[in-house]
Amino acid sequence: MQPINLTSALAAGKDLVAKVQTASGVDVKACYQCGKCSAGCPVAFAMDYTPRQVMRMLQLGLAEETIKSRAIWLCAQCETCSARCPRSLEPAKVMEALRIEAKRAGFEADDEIATFNEKFLRSVASNGRVFEAGLIVGYNMATVQPLKDAGVAPSMLAKGKLKLFPSKIRGRDVINRMFTKAEKMEADNK
Amino acid sequence: MRKVGVFVCHCGSNIAGTVDVEKVAQEAAKFPNVVFATDYKYMCSEPGQQVIKDAIKEHNLDRVVVASCSPRMHEPTFRRCIQTGGLNPYLLEMANIREHCSWVHPDKAKGTVKAIDLVRKAAAKVVKNEPLQKSSINITKRALVIGGGIAGIQVALDIADAGFPVTIVEKEPTIGGRMAQIDKTFPTLDCSACILTPKMVDAAQHPNIEIISYAEVDKVEGYVGNFDITIRKKARSVDMNKCTGCGTCWEKCPTKVDSEFDMQLGKRKAIYTPFPQAVPNKPVIDREHCLKFKTGKCGICEKVCPTGAVDFTMEDELITQQYGAIVVATGFDQFDHSVYGEYGYGKYPDVITGLHFERLVNASGPTMGKIKRPSDHKVPETVVFIKCVGSRDEAKGKTYCSRTCCMYTAKHATLMAEKVKGSKSYIFYMDVRTPGKGYEEFYKRTQGEYGAQYIRGRVSKVYPKGDKLVVRGEDSLLGRPVEIEADMVVLASAMVARSDAGDLARTLGISYDKDNFFTEAHPKLRPVETHTAGVFLAGACQGPKDIPDSVAQAGAAAAKAIGLLAKSQMETEATVSQVDESRCSGCLLCKSICPYKAIDVKIIAERVGGKTVERQVASVNKSLCQGCGACTVACRAGSLNLLGFTNEQILAEVEAVCL
Ligand SMILES: Cc1cc2nc3c(=O)[nH]c(=O)nc-3n(C[C@H](O)[C@H](O)[C@H](O)COP(=O)(O)OP(=O)(O)OC[C@H]3O[C@@H](n4cnc5c(N)ncnc54)[C@H](O)[C@@H]3O)c2cc1C
Ligand code: SF4
Ligand code: SF4
Ligand code: SF4
Ligand code: SF4
Repeated sequence: MQPINLTSALAAGKDLVAKVQTASGVDVKACYQCGKCSAGCPVAFAMDYTPRQVMRMLQLGLAEETIKSRAIWLCAQCETCSARCPRSLEPAKVMEALRIEAKRAGFEADDEIATFNEKFLRSVASNGRVFEAGLIVGYNMATVQPLKDAGVAPSMLAKGKLKLFPSKIRGRDVINRMFTKAEKMEADNK
Repeated sequence: MRKVGVFVCHCGSNIAGTVDVEKVAQEAAKFPNVVFATDYKYMCSEPGQQVIKDAIKEHNLDRVVVASCSPRMHEPTFRRCIQTGGLNPYLLEMANIREHCSWVHPDKAKGTVKAIDLVRKAAAKVVKNEPLQKSSINITKRALVIGGGIAGIQVALDIADAGFPVTIVEKEPTIGGRMAQIDKTFPTLDCSACILTPKMVDAAQHPNIEIISYAEVDKVEGYVGNFDITIRKKARSVDMNKCTGCGTCWEKCPTKVDSEFDMQLGKRKAIYTPFPQAVPNKPVIDREHCLKFKTGKCGICEKVCPTGAVDFTMEDELITQQYGAIVVATGFDQFDHSVYGEYGYGKYPDVITGLHFERLVNASGPTMGKIKRPSDHKVPETVVFIKCVGSRDEAKGKTYCSRTCCMYTAKHATLMAEKVKGSKSYIFYMDVRTPGKGYEEFYKRTQGEYGAQYIRGRVSKVYPKGDKLVVRGEDSLLGRPVEIEADMVVLASAMVARSDAGDLARTLGISYDKDNFFTEAHPKLRPVETHTAGVFLAGACQGPKDIPDSVAQAGAAAAKAIGLLAKSQMETEATVSQVDESRCSGCLLCKSICPYKAIDVKIIAERVGGKTVERQVASVNKSLCQGCGACTVACRAGSLNLLGFTNEQILAEVEAVCL
């Protein structure tokens, strides 16, 4: 394992860490590395860095590594970490801020996650809400695993948890305006 | 015309580095009434003080200004100095040109201007200073100790051994406190009862110690040296003079109640002593549960008592006594972990606290010392200990570290290994804090010889699965979530202040911190005193502490109390508030404002229009007044003046710098 040069890491990561702190409202220095967040996180098992480690990396200025991580994209925003943190920090908000920075810097964990996010947003844009069946089929086709969730579909349909046709909400124009505004904000930010 | 001398100190380079001290002295010499001014390297040194004394003689000085450091440290020094030089010690003023000037200003030119102003102010004030005299009060040579835990017992024994009578007021039916509940004590693992019980007995038999158990302090009046204390003896329902402690009553009593002493893990009767070695070993009736009080029927204890000691008609009794000193030693409670939903809201029977564990391993506890878990009385084989529960947790608990739990958790894991062969203990920690003699070695033995598995990380969740408890944490050294299926979980719950600590503090007029621990007068230099003269602190009521620290602090508090009681008279400060009775309207606004209860009402007789009329005015008790000045601000008639800081003196200062 290569040693980390902390002198240069701290200097190099300073701006990005500051941005993440402002956007999330979390002072990463206050984290005392207890790990309660990571122990309760439902997706930590699949992450490359646990939420605690993400906090630690930010403390040391390794911001670039955090925005390249898979962890920030796997975070389900369930906020269990934030609810249990004994220092009242909100790792969930940090994860969210990191995603925004990652996107701006042009990083995305991998194609699968990017595809999922892309399809999810497109579904919301056209229906005003997510059309689950369409999203799943679209995503599974795009990632070449067409039959992945086919097994659970019948029982979910039977229980009314899944609809065959999209239900569109009223006021889709409002949703559209939100999309337009968000796109403009992003463009201004570039 | 006054004759003021001004003495400017260099304080090495502390002042001289940023203030032109010679210039200050030159300028000071030009101030009104100043007849002499000089500077010197260290004014507080022996030769420095000699400079002052010589100048007093040579220039016939009647007032002195020392321009140096904060009066906190050296005002007494210079007061003594001018006193030996022949002046009343209160004819001194200090200009603080160090903390208020040289240490905070980098610019020498500006710093010098400010220093000159500060001296100008002091010189203007000192002209108005008048000689003041300290007064003295008699001291009642008896001490009150509130709380009979190990700290209170130790204080009482030390003061009693020095020859002064002591009263211990204990809230529970017996003295002993938390230490009586504990099984073995770290780091030596000697049995708690074996070292505590002899001390309890010593206290009971000491000719100078009176133990009033099942009692509380109701009211505190008076002041240092002469406190008037009202003690409420709660109705015990048992006549202490007749009872022999034979125990027939509690054997025969049909009512079983969860025992507080056994942390609700065992039972006691409605007439009970908390544990067999109780001191005094005489029971009380718990009226909330006693059938006689609830239904009017029963009365068995009364019938079986061979001495006729049971008395259902007994009432609370108030007694008032004078005391010279008070030591508070009311100890601590355990944090209530029911705020943690993630640990089961306090509802999983096999998630217990440290004190529960102490009762479970204790040979005289509810399980006779066989460790059995509360739910099904099975012997637990895998036990998880979670540290810092309620400690170091600003979200749901306390910000501080409870200091004892790292060590008692290590002790618990050791006892697990000794008592349940083949068992495995896991300890979740964030840090292991072992800053005592032999403590680190004890921890290392727990980990090595006794095989406790330490895991660095805070547990996020405990949930039941079959008859097990699943504990989820992160091993933060590995960076991976971990799970343990445990038979029992022990929480090292924080040490917190007693729930009634705030009330007691208000009764005593002492201060307490945000967590309701009583505050010491100075965190380093006056650790056992309070801001209220004559009231001292010992043990965990001042902050989390283990037994060695509690006992050490108890000895220190006793020494302070003995120091006070050993004097026949005590000097009080001369800078106290004074009432101009002719101007006082008797509104007594000041009385309600005074934090030291130093102001009382007094009736005076006056001649008005040829007739004698009586009216009320405020009267300041010089021994109680601490010179805070709050009353002088409140007084609408301007009839209160703080000696040494009179309105005239302060206005003179203001004029000197502002006009
Ligand atoms: C689980 C656990 C295990 C521990 N193990 C160890 C160990 O192995 N070794 C060690 O050194 N330390 C240990 N400690 C710490 C130890 O318990 C304390 O250091 C010690 O009890 C403090 O003594 P104290 O006299 O200050 O307080 P306490 O023991 O709490 O005694 C205070 C007394 O004051 C009484 N009181 C309270 N309020 C009032 C009132 N208003 N009026 C009158 N009386 C009142 C109480 O009833 C009590 O009798 C342990 C603590 C815990 C929680
Ligand atoms: S729970 Fe809070 S303090 Fe603990 S490691 Fe996570 S972010 Fe840091
Ligand atoms: S039976 Fe009477 S004498 Fe015996 S312990 Fe009970 S009250 Fe005291
Ligand atoms: S003593 Fe140890 S277990 Fe207790 S609060 Fe401090 S660090 Fe935590
Ligand atoms: S406030 Fe002033 S006028 Fe009123 S009682 Fe106090 S001293 Fe007298």
